[in-house]
Amino acid sequence: MTGKTPLEFYAEPLPDVDISELQGKLIVIEGPDGVGRTTQIERLRVWLEQSGHAVLDTGMARSALAGKGIQRAKEGNTFGPITMTLFYATDFADRLENEILPALRAGFVVITDRYIFSLIARAVARGEDRNWIEKVAGFALVPHAVFYLHAEVKDLVARVVAGRGAFDYWESGMDYGFGKDKYESFLRYQARVIRALDQMAKKHEFRTIDASRPPDKVFADLQRAISKIVPAASKRKPVRPAAASARRARRPG
Amino acid sequence: MPSPAFAPNRYRGKLIVVEGIDGSGKSTQLSLLSQWLRSQGFAVAFSEWNSSPLVRATTRRGKKKEMFTPNTFSLIHATDFADRMEGYIFPLMKAGAVVCADRYAYTAFARDVVRGVSRSWVRNLYRFAIRPNLAFYFRVPLEVAIGRILGGRDAIKYYEAGMDLELSRNVVESFRLFQGRILEEYDAMAQEMGFHVIDATGSIEEQQELMREIVMKEIGDSLHNHVLRIPEGTPNDR
Repeated sequence: MTGKTPLEFYAEPLPDVDISELQGKLIVIEGPDGVGRTTQIERLRVWLEQSGHAVLDTGMARSALAGKGIQRAKEGNTFGPITMTLFYATDFADRLENEILPALRAGFVVITDRYIFSLIARAVARGEDRNWIEKVAGFALVPHAVFYLHAEVKDLVARVVAGRGAFDYWESGMDYGFGKDKYESFLRYQARVIRALDQMAKKHEFRTIDASRPPDKVFADLQRAISKIVPAASKRKPVRPAAASARRARRPG
Repeated sequence: MPSPAFAPNRYRGKLIVVEGIDGSGKSTQLSLLSQWLRSQGFAVAFSEWNSSPLVRATTRRGKKKEMFTPNTFSLIHATDFADRMEGYIFPLMKAGAVVCADRYAYTAFARDVVRGVSRSWVRNLYRFAIRPNLAFYFRVPLEVAIGRILGGRDAIKYYEAGMDLELSRNVVESFRLFQGRILEEYDAMAQEMGFHVIDATGSIEEQQELMREIVMKEIGDSLHNHVLRIPEGTPNDR
């Protein structure tokens, strides 16, 4: 499978975007908190760059416009579920329009740590209307591939404890009060997020990878699948000068 | 009744909103109305467009650096609105207050569509909003509104003038064109949304009298029977 070429929007094409200009590849890594997305993405980036691909990696709450605002709001612990969903949607839109699209125009491989699916899953887990948020996110591009790192809640617990040493307020869904304490709330909240992601797997053609296995095995699966999506170095056209401009187009911090 | 899929008002409280282009006089009228409601002993609260403390810094950043696209402009205002809904309006409505909102989702329906966002998308975006009990639209000819704006205040800002639409390089001209298009959107949705249209060229007193009549006619009974009342002697100046 080579993924969808050319790219398309789900429902609401953004004005002034010429789909045929988007030469790059859009690859999504999805999965719940603590499943190991960040580690895998870092390794994928190194591997792809060593193979001669220009890579943009981006992820939730990293936009120039809304990243800081979301951080501040999280610190205040005063986020309603609709507000949170829309703040993250704003963040996503800013990154899509100002980072992802320019990078795709320039022929980059874009790897995004989470996509609209996490946004939808978190909203659904908090009892918001799935249909509402799916329509809101309709301006997103259909990616070339969505890799869903799948694990059960019990696997996440072990990783969170080992990796972070504590349960995070938001990762535990404490804002919604799913349980008496962070551990109980984490179990219930993450189970709901996983269920919501599972429900999207078929419709959105997720490629599910069992992430309860050792990271090397997960990486090998990702590598194998991604090498079929990004053109092999030998078959690629010479690097075009446009490739450099996407980096410059990225706004600082 | 209004067609967009707003959430029905299941609360004791009542929601009254005013809409119209800049310079239509809607804020003055809402202020007079809320004072009158307070004087009758009702617990009245007030909510303004674009005023959530949670989102303020982000909006300011985007405006200052001119970072917004039509899409992100629309989304950040919806985020602001959601925060006021969840943090302020829902609880007040539950408590039984009369909430007076200066601009509501309709402002986004008009402005964002002028900026190129699709009508159906932005209407869905605000589906979580409570359907107002009363929505007043202050209709004013463009030139009258422009005259009021230019006569009485500071320089028009970049996004206010719709400069991002590149309609004109001249701020005043851009503002005129932008507001003109917004006016058309308001007019086009007036029936769909069930607006009570007020002729905003009339005297302030006439408009206010009409507003009060409509309030009593439409929701007078429930005001007197259901909403929260302030115990006598309690200050209620918020």
